[in-house]
Amino acid sequence: MEDRPQIGYSKKVMDHFMNPRNVGDIENADGIGTVGNPVCGDLMQVSIRVENDIITEIKFKTFGCGSAIATASMVTEMAKGKHIDEALKITRQDVADELEGLPPVKMHCSNLAADALHEAIKDYRAKKEGRKEAIEEPAR
Amino acid sequence: MVYLDHASSVPVDPRVLAFAGQYLKEEYGNPSSLYALGLSTKQAVEEARVQVAALVHAETPSTIVFTGSATESNNLAVRGTALRNRKKGKSILVSAIEHVSVLNPAKDLQKQGFDLGFVPVDRYGVVDLGFLEEHLAPETTVVSVHYANDEIGTVEPVREAAAIVHEKGAYLHVNATAAAGRIPIDVQKDGIDLLTLSGNDLGGPRGAAALYVGPGVKVQTVMPGGGQEKGLRSGTENVFAIAGMGEAARIAALEMEDEMAREKAVRDSLIKEVLTIEESYLTGHPDFRLPNHASFRLSRIEGESILLNLDTFFGIQVATGSACTSRTLEPSHVLLAIGLAHEEAHGSVVMSLGRSNTLDDVPLVGRAMKETVTRLRSISPL
Ligand code: FES
Repeated sequence: MEDRPQIGYSKKVMDHFMNPRNVGDIENADGIGTVGNPVCGDLMQVSIRVENDIITEIKFKTFGCGSAIATASMVTEMAKGKHIDEALKITRQDVADELEGLPPVKMHCSNLAADALHEAIKDYRAKKEGRKEAIEEPAR
Repeated sequence: MVYLDHASSVPVDPRVLAFAGQYLKEEYGNPSSLYALGLSTKQAVEEARVQVAALVHAETPSTIVFTGSATESNNLAVRGTALRNRKKGKSILVSAIEHVSVLNPAKDLQKQGFDLGFVPVDRYGVVDLGFLEEHLAPETTVVSVHYANDEIGTVEPVREAAAIVHEKGAYLHVNATAAAGRIPIDVQKDGIDLLTLSGNDLGGPRGAAALYVGPGVKVQTVMPGGGQEKGLRSGTENVFAIAGMGEAARIAALEMEDEMAREKAVRDSLIKEVLTIEESYLTGHPDFRLPNHASFRLSRIEGESILLNLDTFFGIQVATGSACTSRTLEPSHVLLAIGLAHEEAHGSVVMSLGRSNTLDDVPLVGRAMKETVTRLRSISPL
């Protein structure tokens, strides 16, 4: 049974679908990115905890297909422990490559995970800027 | 393993295989040839014609035209009838939830200048007969309404539709791929002019299907050739598959009543079990549905991940109408036509039963569904 092919998904995709890493929310997250896919209407959410610009904790939730779950899981693994500048460089293609490929029709859809990560980092930066302003303002 | 996708493919009945196998091994003559080896295969094809005609209560076996697939039958019915009758008019009507092998030839005709109308359905998938009545014009030649929908299981009011269609002198084509062998079909009583049947869906081999063409119904071929099958479907007959389809039709006629009562009992208990899940809903008609068919939608999760989860963790095979399994990432046109929103159409699960399914499957499928839904909802941000 185990070796039967699954909708053209690689073993890695199936592994991340079956045992997704880092599922859930982070309470009082430092950054949250939520993106939706306009084509098939799915939803991806990545939240991060950041210390000294290093992603120390990262979690995801997704409403989507098997490969959406797998890519989200994979992107959290790839970004964990990275400096945010490095994490920002993770592309959709990187995630797909790391998963040993995705069926062509799933590429643009599932790789939303990378977008959600980027949004989470942007959100973190925006909040940080906001905080900086808030702290700096009285001094001015 | 629990196989619950009989709407997409039915395993070949071992009795069918045993019967039809001889036409792959010993009986390999071409039915068109005149020596004994050919004559015996010719006879096999004619016997199959008798059996298929009997299953749908056709007037004579000569009304049955063998084709290679239900898609081919649907093309021949829609295209062949519209083209042959274009002097009467160039208007055709199809129900909005037809299979793509009806919709696409119809759209193709539209590109060639035909007037194409879609008959809407209600939230259960029942065709709007009032609309049909209103929009049938004297120029309408073919109307296509399937017997039952393979995705939501709804059985259509075919007989009522036929009466309306005939009033305007048009022909009614009915795709009975999902219905044949599961509910009784009587083309004469129903008033059906053209009926599509699929061998595989009856438990026969792939590669054989049929189109019933009622007496006096004018159709032209869409594939000219050597003139087999009354010139409507040329090509050397696939004797093995046709003989198998005939045998499958014979068995279906004989056993349908008992077998469907059995499958319906399993199905009903399955529906009850699944509907205990929070935010789960039956799609299609609660009563007018195929006895072997259950279809659901579940909020906040997506169909392909449900399918994958059931298959990998529980060895259960189901289907889905979710956008994520289609090549275009468009949700099923059937689910949209019954009024579901995009996000609702996402969580679709289709279970179609067959001979292998028993009451023993119900607790397993029920538990698997519950665990699957719980797991996926815990991952879902909604
Ligand atoms: S989430 Fe729809 S195809 Fe991946």
